[in-house]
Amino acid sequence: MGSIFSLQQILNGLQLGSIYALIALGYTLVYGIVRLINFAHGDFFMIGAYAAYGSFYMFNALVAGRSGTLAFLVLLAAMIGGASIAYLTNKFAYKPLRYKPKLSSLITAIGVSMFIEYFFSALPAIGPSYRSFPDILVRKEIRLGNAVISNLVIIDLAVAAILMVGLTLLVRKTTLGKAMRAVSQDKDAARLMGIDIEKVISFTFMVGGAFAGAAGLLAGMTYPRIFPYMGILPGLKAFIAAVLGGIGNIPGAMLGAYIMGIAETFASAYNSLIGEGIAFAILILVLLIRPRGLLAEKIADKI
Amino acid sequence: MLKVTNLKVNYGKIEAIKDVSFEVPDGKIVTLIGANGAGKTTTLRAISGLERAAGGSIVFEGKDITNLEAHKIVPLGISHVPEGRKIFPTLTVKENLELAGWTIKDKTEVNRRIDQVCEIFPRIKERLSQLGGTLSGGEQQMLAVGRALVTGGKLLLLDEPSMGLAPVLVDEIFDRIAAINKQGTTVLLVEQNAMEALEIADFAYILEVGYTTISGEAKAIEHDQRVREAYLGV
Ligand SMILES: Nc1ncnc2c1ncn2[C@@H]1O[C@H](COP(=O)(O)OP(=O)(O)OP(=O)(O)O)[C@@H](O)[C@H]1O
Ligand SMILES: [Mg+2]
Repeated sequence: MGSIFSLQQILNGLQLGSIYALIALGYTLVYGIVRLINFAHGDFFMIGAYAAYGSFYMFNALVAGRSGTLAFLVLLAAMIGGASIAYLTNKFAYKPLRYKPKLSSLITAIGVSMFIEYFFSALPAIGPSYRSFPDILVRKEIRLGNAVISNLVIIDLAVAAILMVGLTLLVRKTTLGKAMRAVSQDKDAARLMGIDIEKVISFTFMVGGAFAGAAGLLAGMTYPRIFPYMGILPGLKAFIAAVLGGIGNIPGAMLGAYIMGIAETFASAYNSLIGEGIAFAILILVLLIRPRGLLAEKIADKI
Repeated sequence: MLKVTNLKVNYGKIEAIKDVSFEVPDGKIVTLIGANGAGKTTTLRAISGLERAAGGSIVFEGKDITNLEAHKIVPLGISHVPEGRKIFPTLTVKENLELAGWTIKDKTEVNRRIDQVCEIFPRIKERLSQLGGTLSGGEQQMLAVGRALVTGGKLLLLDEPSMGLAPVLVDEIFDRIAAINKQGTTVLLVEQNAMEALEIADFAYILEVGYTTISGEAKAIEHDQRVREAYLGV
């Protein structure tokens, strides 16, 4: 493809960035509302991929042929899968520790993450090994100069864009979104407004989980191989993206994720090992130069 | 309307409230007076469900609300202007007021109440689209009271509503409280400004390091020699 900075690479970077963005938003939403780094979040992404995988075969038996409807149902299943695991994790692991020292939750988060990974590896229906992800849509490609644009690129970018716009509207415009911001800013005041803050927290976890689930589907379609530990690295990189953008800040998570996706793609084109390591280089740079992230000038606005 | 009996509240090992009992009769203004750290704020927080009671009982309109969750207490008819105002800093003034109507299903009613608040505090009306955190201290205090008025209810808990206000505004806010009470809202008022509070209150209770000690009609308390020396500085 010639230059590292070709149109092709930019598209690949945006595609990867879209997936990171959907994951990073979950980190940032949850951090915004309960000040917790949810280390199990990458595993919600993995569950989304498996929910998509399972539902594809289930629906495929019912609906003959691959169609947009089928893809939409699979997306829904992935989001429901991600939202469900997020709901359960919050309810059974984090909620009981809400008013305990933060360190307990942090250690629990790591425990939950390992539990989900090992539990899924041990499930006979899933198992520890790789599975190849089916082609949910018929692949199409168009050529644009030197670049080959597949319909997957468009779908990844579009799904991410639609979900991000939806989230922004939810948080900015709806009453529930106002409640989310209120709970993130002052829990006591929110309670005095009559807001059931645990419900709002639970809802926030579910939105984050649903987004990670959607990312699981997109990742499965784009890099068609899934396994129970597939959430670890993308989870870590998306977390770094959220820190880069300013953890707790929604536009920051999006920005950080696209920077990360593009940086990783360009670096990989140069050398695949550097590509893998670039995320951590970015993390170190952010912590040194701008530890609160690119968009985190307002302390109070954490969601 | 509200009856607090032998209330105890602990923060970890610290016993902040050891034995507090008082009553707020329907339609009246009752004030709790006490030195810093006496437990006034803690008492209000326990009533609205922000702190757990370790003992005793809180009964509101015949219903035991001790240790009920805060979001279940608000719709029963208790609104609380907390210490330090607790305005949502990055929500607009309008959004702050809208959220105060969270438990009210009928949103036209919420808008009607917001209009009322704007009438009472014209300053708030001018600043509806401004972020809460950018209001001046006095404006934030008005917004905090305004929020409680939108939440509505039969009993209004006020934790130092005059804090940080210029003397002319202090008079104004006390006038407002008296007016709100005249319209039928019962008020439980905590104040540093004991003299002003006693002026508008019907009954008063003195809180001393976690205990209610002296109580009586506000007029009598105002002339009680012990109270005058300790709290009124005369
Ligand atoms: N979150 C907390 N943790 C530990 N101790 C607390 C906490 N909140 C209050 N206390 C203690 O409980 C006691 C009562 O505090 P409270 O805030 O109720 O006093 P107050 O009467 O409202 O005082 P002030 O007039 O200064 O507002 C104080 O000794 C205070 O230090
Ligand atoms: Mg106080």
